[in-house]
Amino acid sequence: MKEFPGDTGLILNEPLLWEKGRRGRCGMSLPRRDVQPSPLPDDLIGEVPDLPELSEVEVVRHYTRLSTWNFGVDTGMYPLGSCTMKYNPKTNEKQAALPGFAGAHPFLPARLAQGALTLMYELELLLAEITGMDAVSLQPAAGAQGELTGMLILHAYHRNSGSPRTKIIVPDTAHGTNPASAALCGFYPVNVRSNEQGILAPEAIAAVMDEDVAGIMITNPNTLGLFEENIRQIAEIIHRKGGLVYCDGANMNAVMGTVHSGDSGIDVQHLNLHKTFSTPHGSGGPGSGPVCVRKDLEPFLPVPRVIRQGDEFALSDDFPFSIGKLHAFYGNFGVLVKAYSYILSMGAELKTASSYAVLNANYVKEKLKDVLHLPYDRPCMHECVFSDRFQKEWKVSTLDMVKRLMDYGFHPPTIYFPLVVPGAIMIEPTETESKEDLDLFIDAIRSIVREAESKPELITEAPKRCRVGRMDETEAARHPCLTG
Amino acid sequence: MRYLPHTEEDIEEMLKTVGVANLDDLYAAIPPDCGSKRELRLPPALTEWELDSHMAGLAAKMAASSEYKVFIGAGSYEHYIPESVVQLLARSEFVTAYTPYQPEMSQGTLQAIYEYQTLVARFLGMEAANASMYDGASALAEALLMSIRISRKNTVALARTVHPAYRKVVQTYFSSTNYRVVEVPYLGNGGIDLSVLPAQGDLAAVAVQSPNFFGCVEDLKRIGEAAHEAGALLVVCFSEPLAYGLLKNPGSQGADIVCGEGQSFGIPQSFGGPGLGMFASNMKFVRNMPGRLVGLSKDRNARRGFVLTLATREQHIRREKATSNICTNGSLCALAAAMYLASAGGTGLRELAELNHDKSEYLKFELTRAGVNLPFSAPTFNEFVAEFPAGFASTHERLVKKKIVAGLPLAAFYPELENHYLLCVTETRSKTDMDLLVREVRP
Repeated sequence: MKEFPGDTGLILNEPLLWEKGRRGRCGMSLPRRDVQPSPLPDDLIGEVPDLPELSEVEVVRHYTRLSTWNFGVDTGMYPLGSCTMKYNPKTNEKQAALPGFAGAHPFLPARLAQGALTLMYELELLLAEITGMDAVSLQPAAGAQGELTGMLILHAYHRNSGSPRTKIIVPDTAHGTNPASAALCGFYPVNVRSNEQGILAPEAIAAVMDEDVAGIMITNPNTLGLFEENIRQIAEIIHRKGGLVYCDGANMNAVMGTVHSGDSGIDVQHLNLHKTFSTPHGSGGPGSGPVCVRKDLEPFLPVPRVIRQGDEFALSDDFPFSIGKLHAFYGNFGVLVKAYSYILSMGAELKTASSYAVLNANYVKEKLKDVLHLPYDRPCMHECVFSDRFQKEWKVSTLDMVKRLMDYGFHPPTIYFPLVVPGAIMIEPTETESKEDLDLFIDAIRSIVREAESKPELITEAPKRCRVGRMDETEAARHPCLTG
Repeated sequence: MRYLPHTEEDIEEMLKTVGVANLDDLYAAIPPDCGSKRELRLPPALTEWELDSHMAGLAAKMAASSEYKVFIGAGSYEHYIPESVVQLLARSEFVTAYTPYQPEMSQGTLQAIYEYQTLVARFLGMEAANASMYDGASALAEALLMSIRISRKNTVALARTVHPAYRKVVQTYFSSTNYRVVEVPYLGNGGIDLSVLPAQGDLAAVAVQSPNFFGCVEDLKRIGEAAHEAGALLVVCFSEPLAYGLLKNPGSQGADIVCGEGQSFGIPQSFGGPGLGMFASNMKFVRNMPGRLVGLSKDRNARRGFVLTLATREQHIRREKATSNICTNGSLCALAAAMYLASAGGTGLRELAELNHDKSEYLKFELTRAGVNLPFSAPTFNEFVAEFPAGFASTHERLVKKKIVAGLPLAAFYPELENHYLLCVTETRSKTDMDLLVREVRP
């Protein structure tokens, strides 16, 4: 049997920043002073900032040590469902750091910024082609801001057609951010339950659709990893009563080159470049959440938009129906460079990548469904959702099992989401995991399941190999200490 | 393709396990009318080396520093970034991790963010800071929504000297609600005109930027007193945080919520993004705060550690009643800022701030000597407004040919400021650069 990746090694302790250093140290080369001092009036000047003072090597060791307490995609398999933790190519980082891009001021006159504008224009075309939509805005800074942008477009569309609407349909298999994005936009979310097959039945939508419903926020493939097979009929029901279909495209990684959102009746869709298009998650950002729309909704996209004038590109605010701006400038350009590099590196292999992502998820599903409860036993897309129902007998929960998975050297899957599956274990391997690594992961889960029966204390006391044991999250919330 | 590990053999074996004949059959559940009727029309895949040359070609079509001397700030500032920060930030354990939902495997991120929150809170003079927002503009919009949640009033007063793009973002966030924005004009000296502060009792917040878009330092104490007298919260926003290396921090002047852009702290300009939304308030408002928070805790052996906390405010728990929809934020940018602040230290940051101020004063002085009018008399930090003679646009153009971008024309943002330019001088502009600029604009 192969060795699991989990092991212990020499991990070094490291205090908090302000527990080290000495007054009088500085870790930065301060630029030469070539002008005379010209002090501000005394009454404006504050105390010297209360920040720790460290040498460069102290700063370097501090963050190097902290980094060893972390786990990333580069460390090992990170099957976090709904998050698409695929490999983040190194060359993309290099391209974004090119001085021409990294050192560019956003208010450069357009003729001095043709490289960036060309890249943005081309990326919009590429994303339009991949989704089958007509027009794209790259401005939203993350998926949830893309959702908000989409909701604002729905809102503006209805207001513009003279009949503002107040409600929005949000299924129980939609992403967790959807209700909050809708509410931020002033919509009242109407919850709809998925059927026993884990997808939406057209009748359930017809039952709640009326002339006060602005549309639906549908996640497709949904958070059970299932394709909403009735999407066309659902779109027709929504459209017939004047509503619009918004698709949360966070799970686009399953269907590139196979599904055309435009053909499926989708009116607005956001993408997560930090999921499908390989830009790193950065411990929680920065991301990018472009929004794609059908032709008739293009006038509502955020401004400024990149426009083509002959052989030159420019930025234009001249779109009177636009919902406005969501970002101080044009969105997370540095992230756009990485996604653009990825698409150019992949070309038509994007379709292959999607099919391998689906293959990997189905493989894991088949290999584990005899030991973990699989509430919806049908072909899945890019992720599969199990539950801890079989392990309840041994008083072992989803949380216990995934903490034990850490000792085996894997990052846990997403847990307790989606809410439709109690004790959910949501596994998204992505296409960049090899069969050997999937097999090791599968063996690890099977071994944990055996331990649940024979040595449950191994699991309930896990993790043992991380720098800290199981953390007390309840106490932290009861007496919040947010600064030191 | 080097990112895809599957061999023919692997695929065959896996398909057998799954019980389908080929890859296309994995999509059997997708109705044909949703399907792509044709292959994706994408350019042929590039090798790594072809990509390098394609991207170098695009990047070459940019007037970037240090080849160009760009005298523009306006929300994006050119500051030196120590190589140590660049390399530490590239540690893939930080770069390729997700939001630290599993604390035992994310203590590196969690401690680093806890330290970031602490440094930001201390720096701004506030009791608590969150883990980050997208950028200064969305941070301001979220701060105003927060003030509305706290006060249960629906109008905010927003100074016209707040960054025009930030004000537009606020408008967008408010556009589908019944919340109102009242704009507060500015005085002849470039500061906010308090005399027209709406007196009505339904004001949730007075929001002001300092240094403001014109670079002018606002009298936060006086504005705070007026806001509080009107029963409103004081929201202080900024686009150049380095100013608080020198100026009295907003907390000491009575700010209730402080937010702004943190790009100056170790984050490249990158054509405007990603930036860093910094966000702080006092503890009594923390449960109304948007965004992630990291808190101190213990593991089951009583060892110190950190966790994401107060999640009941957040979208994934609270659904439509959440304080914000933010999920992915700007963690890596927050780490950059923490690394930058730790590298500079309190004394270093003060020195750097002084240098920015003094250099910009030098340019002001020299421009005045060259006969250029500086319309606003309020003190400034590292940027200021200059009124050039009519027809300066052609000089601006001529300077571009000499690889100098002599400020941002303001008329597009403030129609009354024809021929006015916003100029910025950071530590990256030398006296020689400034002398060259002055020589060229002298009539």
